[in-house]
Amino acid sequence: MSELRALFSQASARTRNALLLLLALLLLAPLLLDRYLLSLMILVLYFAFVGQAWNIMMGLCGQLSLGHALYVGLGAYTAAALYQHFGLTPWLGMLAAVLVCVAMASVIGWLAFRFGIAGTYFALLTIAFAEFTRIGFDHFDWVGASGGFFLKVVQQGTTDWLNLRGHPRMFYFLALALAVGAFVLTAWLMRSRAGYYFRAIRDNEEAARAAGVNTFRYKMIAIQISAALTALAGVFFAFYYNNLFPEQIFNMGRSIEIILAPIIGGVGTLFGPVIGAALLTLLSEGLTELLQILGIQAPGLKQILYGVALALSIMFMPHGVWPGIARRLGLGRDAKEPQE
Amino acid sequence: MPLDLVVNVLLGGLLTGLVYGLMALGLSVVYGVVRIVNFAHGELMALAMYVTVVAFAAFRLDPLWMLLPVALGFFGLGYVLQRTLINPFIARPEHAQFMLLLAVALILVNGLLLVFGPDARNVQVDYALDSFQIGPVLVDKVRVVCALVALASCALLWAVFRFTRLGKAIRACADNLLGARIVGLNVAHLYGLTFGIGCACVGVAGTLLTLLVDVTPASGPSYTLLAFIIVIIGGLGSMPGALAGGVLIGVSEAAAGLVFTPSAKSMVSFALLIIVLAFKPQGLFARR
Repeated sequence: MSELRALFSQASARTRNALLLLLALLLLAPLLLDRYLLSLMILVLYFAFVGQAWNIMMGLCGQLSLGHALYVGLGAYTAAALYQHFGLTPWLGMLAAVLVCVAMASVIGWLAFRFGIAGTYFALLTIAFAEFTRIGFDHFDWVGASGGFFLKVVQQGTTDWLNLRGHPRMFYFLALALAVGAFVLTAWLMRSRAGYYFRAIRDNEEAARAAGVNTFRYKMIAIQISAALTALAGVFFAFYYNNLFPEQIFNMGRSIEIILAPIIGGVGTLFGPVIGAALLTLLSEGLTELLQILGIQAPGLKQILYGVALALSIMFMPHGVWPGIARRLGLGRDAKEPQE
Repeated sequence: MPLDLVVNVLLGGLLTGLVYGLMALGLSVVYGVVRIVNFAHGELMALAMYVTVVAFAAFRLDPLWMLLPVALGFFGLGYVLQRTLINPFIARPEHAQFMLLLAVALILVNGLLLVFGPDARNVQVDYALDSFQIGPVLVDKVRVVCALVALASCALLWAVFRFTRLGKAIRACADNLLGARIVGLNVAHLYGLTFGIGCACVGVAGTLLTLLVDVTPASGPSYTLLAFIIVIIGGLGSMPGALAGGVLIGVSEAAAGLVFTPSAKSMVSFALLIIVLAFKPQGLFARR
């Protein structure tokens, strides 16, 4: 924990105060927001969390995964099935989900890193595992196969923290805790020995190995941390939405959705995934509203505009929006990763 | 299971696999030279399929007459795409290239959805149900035609790369980029031509596939994945590898449809991909 304290003492007073103010606002938000806005905030926090999880693997360690929906789906199905079939509380289900996903990530990592599979090939391997699992779950009768798997829905008046049943407010706080937890973990990782090793591997794997970094081991650690966090996102997803379909949860589109926020926000930055998640949710909801106001009903038009926005942002802001914002705010030093 | 059924199905898979091979060849050529992974490959193919379907619906034009116009149109499209959109991304990190082509794919798929709606479309030619009989084995005529056209296209492509000055120049870019620049080759122009050739391949493959399967906007992403599986299995950047990988996937899909349920057939392809990546990641037919 001393690193954590160091993290806060290193950050300038201004940054620290801004972060504490933001946290206070987020804690008070459920009192002020109506249900619609609350659901939007839950989405922002969810994508900030899962984006951060992906960012640890890609942004810090340079391993491009395009199959993170695999861990979301596996985590979701594990906890949901344990709850539905055995009545196990999702808090223990989370543990099981994390174990399953870490095991899966270890298999993928071992297969890939053993031969130094990286870049495009690694990305395709992650897609292949996600798609393979999707089709497998389509035929997995114990969890409803392609017909879907549904959790018992209860009255939303009561809030049952033990079984994660109840009002969206509870899910808001859960998502907030996850997002803040992942943020703090990433901040700590960035300043830890492992974090420096990760970045050494990302920037020049050969040099890192020559300098004595066990690259296989640290790449494995990165993929395992990322998978464990994403498993928690899956558990959250299962209990928030109450229904799971292999076609949706393991879909490649979901994997892409996960990585949009950190890419738009800024890969490898601490604040990128958070800012990116907020911007993307705003963009998506804004487009929906705009098309509604204009009275345009065209399936696909929203996604086209989304694609255009994505292309423009990747063309003109190659490092995401966060570095620019950081410079404006005068957070130059904190915005960047710590330099040695 | 009767033997003639097995032979029929596997032969059908083999012939379809040659068309898959042509599709994957487009991806492989682009990767081998430009070093860009075209994540919008399958979406471009869906576009070609819709062009063919629309031409057939409007003018009763046989898809085989559409081969040349689609190939030329897609060559131009590919050249323009490369010169305007993709060339600035050559030196950018892989995830940035991926996001750019993903955006292109998103726009293409949803553009098709917007214009044509989500329903499946197809081409009904009057010879669709004809077949050749060789002993007990029955082969669809359209499959044979498609396979022959695909093979001829591959042969043409091979000849271009092997015997023309243009092919030599493109191979020079792939083998030694710095050297190619030093001897004065216009690399950006050659990259554009290569991307055009890749798109022409996928255009021809798409036109052919309308004779064999229905097309929906959603089929784009799954063709992208299929093309990836094929080139990885065959060896990214290897021309014979792409063709052999296509045949392998075509046959294994057909076999899986016979042995398991048809809905599980792509699982076999993904399993093959995982096995190849795990044990021979450079691909089954890679040169090195």
